[in-house]
Amino acid sequence: MDQELRELYQEVILDHNKSPRNYRKMEDFTQDCEGYNPLCGDTIHVYLKVNEGIVTDVSFQGSGCAISKASASLMTSEIKGKTTEEAEEIFRNFQDLITGNLGKNPGKDDKLGKLAVFSGVQEFPVRVKCATLAWHTMNSALHENDRSVTTE
Amino acid sequence: MNLKEEISVISNSTVYDVEEIRNDFPILRTYVHDKPLVYLDNAATTQKPISVIQEAQKYYSTMNSNIHRGVHALSGVATEAYETARIKIKKFINALGKNEIIFTKGTTESINLVAQSYGRVNLQSGDEVIISQMEHHSNIVPWQLICNERNAKLKVIPINDEGEIIFEDFEKLITDKTKFVSVVYASNSLGTVNPVKKIIDLAHQNNIPVLLDAAQAVNHIPVDVQEIDCDFLAFSGHKLYGPTGIGILYGKVNLLDSMPPYQGGGDMISKVTFEKTTYNELPHKFEAGTPNIAGAIGLGKAIEYVSKVGIEKISIHEMNLLEYATEAVNLIPGLKIIGTSREKVGVLSFVLDNVHPHDIGTFLDFEGVAIRTGHHCTQPVMDHYNIPATSRASFAMYNTKEEIDVLVNGLKKIIEEFG
Repeated sequence: MDQELRELYQEVILDHNKSPRNYRKMEDFTQDCEGYNPLCGDTIHVYLKVNEGIVTDVSFQGSGCAISKASASLMTSEIKGKTTEEAEEIFRNFQDLITGNLGKNPGKDDKLGKLAVFSGVQEFPVRVKCATLAWHTMNSALHENDRSVTTE
Repeated sequence: MNLKEEISVISNSTVYDVEEIRNDFPILRTYVHDKPLVYLDNAATTQKPISVIQEAQKYYSTMNSNIHRGVHALSGVATEAYETARIKIKKFINALGKNEIIFTKGTTESINLVAQSYGRVNLQSGDEVIISQMEHHSNIVPWQLICNERNAKLKVIPINDEGEIIFEDFEKLITDKTKFVSVVYASNSLGTVNPVKKIIDLAHQNNIPVLLDAAQAVNHIPVDVQEIDCDFLAFSGHKLYGPTGIGILYGKVNLLDSMPPYQGGGDMISKVTFEKTTYNELPHKFEAGTPNIAGAIGLGKAIEYVSKVGIEKISIHEMNLLEYATEAVNLIPGLKIIGTSREKVGVLSFVLDNVHPHDIGTFLDFEGVAIRTGHHCTQPVMDHYNIPATSRASFAMYNTKEEIDVLVNGLKKIIEEFG
């Protein structure tokens, strides 16, 4: 496979696409949100259980490409157990990573952990929305916005 | 006799030199990710032959001026070239007169023109407009807008699992309230060629006019507006090897005459005072403002090119490609073709188990293959099949079987990667 393409579709991403973590409907969520990408028709439903400022459980369901599904899957793994403030910070760092703005904020990449596998996305501007749909949806659920989210 | 056999009968020759055609399209020599470009996104837009590209340059270098109003030499030359393009288009679709050919921005504007102008005068509260489930959004939303405004009802002919209109249901939808039928000639996401003659005959028996969205038809099959007897026909230049930003609305002269202007402005009037304005004659009544002159002339040139190759020969070549591609992809495990009508133009939509169309699109791009992925502006079609999107390869006169092999090999590689 082409090197640039391999950077985008890293093994971790293909693995999370094939077996997404926390892919289920949550019955006892405290907040949720539906996200939609009108360009490709992708949809995602993110469920959160927030208890005393801590995200104790997170899950998702929906349809999307490998980038969007793996991003949602890794997101759930990364923010589970974090405070809502920490979850928001991870979201901001993730956005910086895939839009290529991380270089302007040195030191932040240490905090990205497994999410660093998405660094290849910055070379594919048309796929940025695929990678961020789940995150915007999660962020909206976090703030208990009733409105559904679209990438447009 | 099926469509291909019908077209074979009228085609006078079977010689088709695809390499010679390819030489006329400079962009086909492009490399993408170090691979030769395999352009299979023709339903989105087609590439342009060198004669069309040169015509734009020639217009701006030697003719540029405004039409229909200057007394100077250049204005005369530009007007002549613009009106000659109209005559070429009239001949291409066999319209009765050149005043039935209106230049627009594209199919979308052509449909909006009819919805707004014809609809506003002829739709009353409680009236009904019929479209089909396989319409492009551009043949849905303009009708929703005018139906909302006029308090009219939009009714939809359902499709079956092959992606064909269910004709019996169309018959049932017609009532004495039905005032208009607007359907697609050939579907951009399924490839289906609709039985337009049957649809028009039935509508006419009930005195209902019919508009055909022919954006994906005029570039693939011979279209004769007098033979099919449609009342309106809309298509775009850029899907017919011409420039973007230019399209056509064909309308029967008596209908166009009865319709109020769509937009007001220069060129569409014959006399303006603050008390009263009288409108220009057809087709100028519907061409307010300075039009896309270079685009119109370029479209004329594109039609000249298509006619030189022969639309019948293009049809047969593309249908052969479609048969070849259909057979090849049917052998790929986990692949399902969306749109399996008996009559299709060169559009191949498919889904692959466990691989999203967007991932297919990105992988194929690295093989040099350009396809379209998404809902193709036909979300009700996606809803019918309960899928968010498809991958779509669509063929044009310059595509080859070798290019389809590249597509198929690319798909096999993707399956290996995604396992």
